Amino acid sequence: MNKNIGVYVCSGCGIGECLDAQQLVALGSDEGGAAVVRTSPAFCLEDVQLIRDDLDSGSVDSAVIAACSHRVNADVFSFGKAFVERVNIREQVAWSHPPNDPETQEIANDYLRMGIVRAQKAVAPTPYTEAHERTVLVVGGGSAGVAAATDAARAGYDVVLVEKSAGLGGYAARLYRQFPKRSPYRALAPIDVEGSIEQLQSLPNVRTLLEAEVVETSGQPGRFTVTVRRNGADELITAGAIVMATGWVPADTDTFDAYGRGRYANVVSSMELEAMAARGSIVRPSDGSPVARAAVVVCDGQGDDRHRPYGGNVASLVALKQALYIREQYPDSIVYVLYGDMQTPGPYEYFYKRVQEDEGVLFSRGDIRSVTGNGDHDVVLEVESTVVGGPVRLSVDLLVLSEDMVPATADAASGALSLSYLQGKELPTTKFGFADSHFICFPYETRRTGIYSAGSVRQSMDLSASAQDGSAAALKAIQCIEQASAGAAVHPRVGDLSFPDVFLQKCTSCGRCMQECPFGALETGEKGRPVLDTNRCRRCGICMGACPVQVISFADYSVDMLAGMIKAVEMPEDDEDRPRILVLACENDAYPALDMAGIGRLQYAQSARVIPVRCLGSVNSILIADAVSRGFDAVMLMGCKAGEDYQCHYIRGSELLETRMQNVKETLDRLALESERVTVAEVAISESDKIPAMIDDVVQTVKQIGLNPMKGF
Amino acid sequence: MHEEIKETGSSTHRSILIVGGGIAGITAAVEAAESGYEVFIVEKEASLGGRVAQLSKYFPKLCPPYCGLEINFQRMRGNRRIHVYTLAEVESISGVPGDFDVTIKQNPRYVNDRCTGCNKCVEVCPVDRPNTFNFGMDTTKAIYLSHAMAFPRKYAIDDSVCQLADCGKCVDACPYGAIDLSMETRTFPLKVGAVIMATGWKPFDAARIDNLGFGRYSDVITNVMMERLAAPDGPTGGKVVRMSDGQPVNTAVFVQCAGQRDTNYLGYCSGICCLGSLKQATYVREANKNAKVFIFYIDLRAPGTYGFFSKQVLDDPNITAVKGKVAKVVEDPGAGKLVVEAEHILSAEKVSVEADLVVLATGMVASMSDGRPSATIGYDADAFLLPDESSPGIFPAGCARGPVDVATATQDATAAAMKAMQTIHQARG
Repeated sequence: MNKNIGVYVCSGCGIGECLDAQQLVALGSDEGGAAVVRTSPAFCLEDVQLIRDDLDSGSVDSAVIAACSHRVNADVFSFGKAFVERVNIREQVAWSHPPNDPETQEIANDYLRMGIVRAQKAVAPTPYTEAHERTVLVVGGGSAGVAAATDAARAGYDVVLVEKSAGLGGYAARLYRQFPKRSPYRALAPIDVEGSIEQLQSLPNVRTLLEAEVVETSGQPGRFTVTVRRNGADELITAGAIVMATGWVPADTDTFDAYGRGRYANVVSSMELEAMAARGSIVRPSDGSPVARAAVVVCDGQGDDRHRPYGGNVASLVALKQALYIREQYPDSIVYVLYGDMQTPGPYEYFYKRVQEDEGVLFSRGDIRSVTGNGDHDVVLEVESTVVGGPVRLSVDLLVLSEDMVPATADAASGALSLSYLQGKELPTTKFGFADSHFICFPYETRRTGIYSAGSVRQSMDLSASAQDGSAAALKAIQCIEQASAGAAVHPRVGDLSFPDVFLQKCTSCGRCMQECPFGALETGEKGRPVLDTNRCRRCGICMGACPVQVISFADYSVDMLAGMIKAVEMPEDDEDRPRILVLACENDAYPALDMAGIGRLQYAQSARVIPVRCLGSVNSILIADAVSRGFDAVMLMGCKAGEDYQCHYIRGSELLETRMQNVKETLDRLALESERVTVAEVAISESDKIPAMIDDVVQTVKQIGLNPMKGF
Repeated sequence: MHEEIKETGSSTHRSILIVGGGIAGITAAVEAAESGYEVFIVEKEASLGGRVAQLSKYFPKLCPPYCGLEINFQRMRGNRRIHVYTLAEVESISGVPGDFDVTIKQNPRYVNDRCTGCNKCVEVCPVDRPNTFNFGMDTTKAIYLSHAMAFPRKYAIDDSVCQLADCGKCVDACPYGAIDLSMETRTFPLKVGAVIMATGWKPFDAARIDNLGFGRYSDVITNVMMERLAAPDGPTGGKVVRMSDGQPVNTAVFVQCAGQRDTNYLGYCSGICCLGSLKQATYVREANKNAKVFIFYIDLRAPGTYGFFSKQVLDDPNITAVKGKVAKVVEDPGAGKLVVEAEHILSAEKVSVEADLVVLATGMVASMSDGRPSATIGYDADAFLLPDESSPGIFPAGCARGPVDVATATQDATAAAMKAMQTIHQARG
């Protein structure tokens, strides 16, 4: 399809002083075949009207604006549905290369060529709008689940709440008191489980299913189909989004062996103590007699190989709370609190101080070396590294060990959602077992779009934090429903209407797209070919990068388009001073870093030609082969950090690229080219200062190994 | 996103006011707007990002805050439901849930929305000012961009130092007529259905602690200054060096609880400073492979999965955590070194360490401890906001509610956005 392209060359912000705008104008109309070409000293000001007028009159349907980076003036250069391509000749040309230099001009010319190709090849996406279910499904009826259900319902959405047990409230219903929740943070607070359950049940748009289990979840945001089993009967529920609030389970008690649990009757867990406190009778279990001396141990797990590699968020606070339970019932008792580091962050410090004021509570830092029994009742602890120095022996009639909270997802048998996804039944988790993919910045993003984890299944947390977490996850569910009904992507490419389209006739059913999608968006269809659940897709393009026969493309992003852009670069013949380096830069971090280099007026090699990509994972290896056969002397893949602490916004993009590099190396070998010509560079968004050297290194490599011998073929 | 430099009349009851454009405010705004609500961010600085924009890296992933901020800004750019007022403060909030009347005061930027960010003004400006973004460790011109990644990317004039009409060089230099020295403070109303207070925190004034030498010795710095030192766009270009002579840091001492957990200063724990120092220990080690780091602490607070990070950092044999309270920091003038004297809690012995750089892990103070809008909002004794029972329809988020890490702030902000949306739905349907 031939489009009516308008080319708009801005000369503001130093562009005009660096580049010959007339060359770009001529290129646009002659080589580019643009219907309209205009210049302005500042298109972002009054002259934006010129672009609008061209679009309104119909003389232009796609605007190619050669000016600043797309990262600025997005609102100014937005014209409804018209396709807009921003050609960055400010930050990445005029601000980062010497002025009035033919090589600098050539960069701008190449970028304009690429922009015109992109505008020619891009088609406005037609959104997928067949997913309009607005019900929020909440799985788990503890603090987080109840809060999520309540808040979603109060915001106007229908809610179905599925709870495994016979009642709502989860652990909250089994706790005696919670630690103080507000200033002055001194008194233990009652837990109003009934109040929150009553509020929930008063809402007309909430359906609560008790003693119910999810046995299968299929579909996608905006149209999940969930099979719920209750009393042996299955019911199908349709939902727009899901909050997974399945809570925590106590860690395998084996880990407590060393502390005598299971061996001595008077060693109990904190949950067992809660039950005793709730009954109003904390006693020594061996004979039911009163407690005179007790020890509460904060097993925070740090540096303790008997535990998980991380500690509890709340163990210290629970220990303080429970010391007070014992003191409340036995005013003459002595309670030892043994800890490594007291974890009472924020205002909980005041609570810690208040417990320290209690003369019957004795604190000691210490590591427990052993727990043994003495007679039928006494428990003897040997503690070392205490404040008083050497090992101390304590004899108590009750030893309380804090419960090790692990996310319910760690218990594979519990099978919270039973996803009917090719990639597995449960949500992928981090190394700690939490269903989380962007810890710190985007806490609710999981790798299963439309399913948001909340409460202790997401991070170990206390009751009020769980309730809050439930509220937040409910928002994410609502947001996903709203976006899905418009066919728009959620985080991070929010609002993107494009999605991968598979040209099935040429598909070889290899399954790589289905395996590599970080979000499990592709399922196996007829003849082993992929079927997309569109709203699961985050539009990263990793499937497009994976496909060995290049049959996956987006309306406005495809292998063909990128290949066209690569081809558009004018390749100087055999000129050692004019090598060409293709830089495929991740649009999320590397491309902004390149912009920042320009803003900082850092200069880098004029031989680089940058093309932004959605994710390095979306780079199909054929593009690299294309680039070298076109004569590029080197290809740099600039993207985010891979590995355990990945910074890739699509989790696996950078990692997958590395595995694909093997293919690339084989291709280069086949062409008898040096493998050093293709490099992967990790660059964080803050590292613009490193960019000139990174590119220079590649230029140096080309100098050493010589120009690409394929040039000119 | 609209960068509201002009008046706007589009506020409605179905919109949410967000006070503060740091990570909590940005998160609340983006999450609510993408759920279909109109949001208005009021930020008192010239750009968004708040305190996290000043950090070099986040713990525990040691990743740059701008990685996530950029995604958020990208989400804002494409969203017409988000309106931003910079250099603005809320004067008053009155009304009931679903129907609040808000008065905004916006200070003059002296740069209008014609600014293209070309930097020509800076080239001619004759006046320097301390760079507040870098805690005064370097300077900017009186017309400045807050920092390299500032968003919105519009310059601003600091009228406490600019000679305004007496100079006017920037007016002549600007090709776009973007500088307007006659701009005045303006006050205007907004109508909103709910309010999120994401007013954040400020660093505790370390100079108040006499015995730790801050303000007396230039190599005693605070943890927030350390972030700027390590930041590639900071005053030293990312070099962690001594402030006094630019020399490498061979020994660094971190003083935990510099003010916190001390009833003379801050009674509470800031929750993040131990993790902050563990992170900053890696900055020192990265800058100098022979450097030694000592962290003096009372309790090393790294709850939950952060414990894993703490363990990882302390696996480095050159980083030592010492359970001990620092008594004082003095200078050994002969050696040009600082001497940190502390008490080792486990052995009850006095220890002293020679250091090139001392970093005070100062705490987070509620921004609302000075200057509050006129509104019915409950505060606790430390000026943190109480939950909404005391002020229906007004929700605290992030560090306005208590000192928290970034992960908790984003979570908290998302929850606050949910409460605000729900308030509007309940009041308005």
